[in-house]
Amino acid sequence: MSPELIVLCLVVFTALAFDFTNGFHDTANAMATSIATGALRPKTAVALSAVLNLIGAFLSVEVALTVTNAVIKVQDKTGAPREAFTAHGGEALLAILLAGLAGAIVWNLLTWLVGLPSSSSHALFGGMIGATIASVGWAGVKWSGDGTKLDGVVGKVILPALASPVIAAVIAMCGTWMIYKITARVADRYRETGFRWGQIGSASLVSLAHGTNDAQKTMGIITLALIGSGHWTDTASIPLWVKVVCAFAIASGTYLGGWRIIRTLGKGLVEIASPQGFAAESAGAAVILASSHLGFALSTTHVATGSILGSGLGKRDAEVRWAVAGRMATAWVITLPCAGVVAFAMWHIGDVLPPLAGALLVFGLLVAASGYMYLHSRKQPVGHHNVNDEWAGDGGHKPSARVVA
Amino acid sequence: MDNLRFALEGAWKVLAIGLVVGAGVPVVFALGIRSLAFGAGGDAETDHAAPHPLGRVLATLCFVVVVAVVAIGLAIIVASGLGKEVSFDHVFPTFADKK
Repeated sequence: MSPELIVLCLVVFTALAFDFTNGFHDTANAMATSIATGALRPKTAVALSAVLNLIGAFLSVEVALTVTNAVIKVQDKTGAPREAFTAHGGEALLAILLAGLAGAIVWNLLTWLVGLPSSSSHALFGGMIGATIASVGWAGVKWSGDGTKLDGVVGKVILPALASPVIAAVIAMCGTWMIYKITARVADRYRETGFRWGQIGSASLVSLAHGTNDAQKTMGIITLALIGSGHWTDTASIPLWVKVVCAFAIASGTYLGGWRIIRTLGKGLVEIASPQGFAAESAGAAVILASSHLGFALSTTHVATGSILGSGLGKRDAEVRWAVAGRMATAWVITLPCAGVVAFAMWHIGDVLPPLAGALLVFGLLVAASGYMYLHSRKQPVGHHNVNDEWAGDGGHKPSARVVA
Repeated sequence: MDNLRFALEGAWKVLAIGLVVGAGVPVVFALGIRSLAFGAGGDAETDHAAPHPLGRVLATLCFVVVVAVVAIGLAIIVASGLGKEVSFDHVFPTFADKK
């Protein structure tokens, strides 16, 4: 194996690892409310979501080379990497991708550790931006596009992030308010059972939409790496094996279930009942599908969180924990810069050594950081057994739950 | 600030479609549950009224509408995955090549 090939393999593997974290980070978006209201048992919910993500990933055949092209200038108009980055087996490009992915994974794991639903897309964008700044400077970042369409960091990342949670919240609020008006004379238990079915249906739609949206980001990164290193030339399609491995990576991540985040979204933000969960997931599915149909990429996380918050606002006596919402909002704001800083540092660390050794060092650091965070998570595990424990205090767990876990 | 203009153009469209579909479907579903309770009577309702057969008919109607909208939603996902789009040019949704 040549050194270039080893670096390429590391990039592909790291991209799949990111896809995996993308899966478990976002299980909550679709399934948190169904798990919290008991519409689905926790294990069943993650299994259903995993299957639908898998199907969704295969349904997305649109070329995803535009994912990175929206925020950094390493590709030309066709989506192929620029020549400056493809010399020596794509050395420069692979270094950017590896450092960018490492930054995104570290930030995804850190937010998972503290149970916050941050956006995986923002982490990925942030990582790529940070690594690009490290490699070619600030001019390598496409901040606002050329004014002909929604583009650049401002157009594709910042504005959608500001608008989407508000839109989703307004829709979920209206839905919740009307549902409770209409069913005011229906007995509580009867209503609860009826809406569980609706909830399962709408949550399934969100899962499917997630698979179609998110898996192709990783497919795009891997294809870009393959083109850059000269192993693939077609910018209008992606290799079948890339699609297959990406689909399975995101589905297995989903099946693992990011229980910490599911807990925060399902129990922490709003005390949720099944009519609210149904309204939230319907609003989420509608917003995600409508926007991707109109050609706007939104973060599933922002939409799901906004709609759950909205379902709390739409019910008269529902409890919305604004402290939790505030922590989430903070995490959203800092996700992109933090992933960027990690990626920036990773790129410079890797740059000290020759390409192969540098890539191995970056990969080693990533593994070490991931291992550390995993071990730290075992101190206070959250799993399907305690995901629905009563929310108490800031951290969410009662002292007794800690002993059980 | 062209980006802001494009974003606002997109945002109100998403909000409009979202309100019609994302809040409209739950409302129809809620009407379905309401009708179902009306049809079942007794403990299903807070006033324990007698069962009413019309309720079941209305409920079925509501759920059919919900299922139809979801089916169209699925068709849109599948179509865009296959490089096609769902066209409403002929009132009934049909698959068409992307414009």
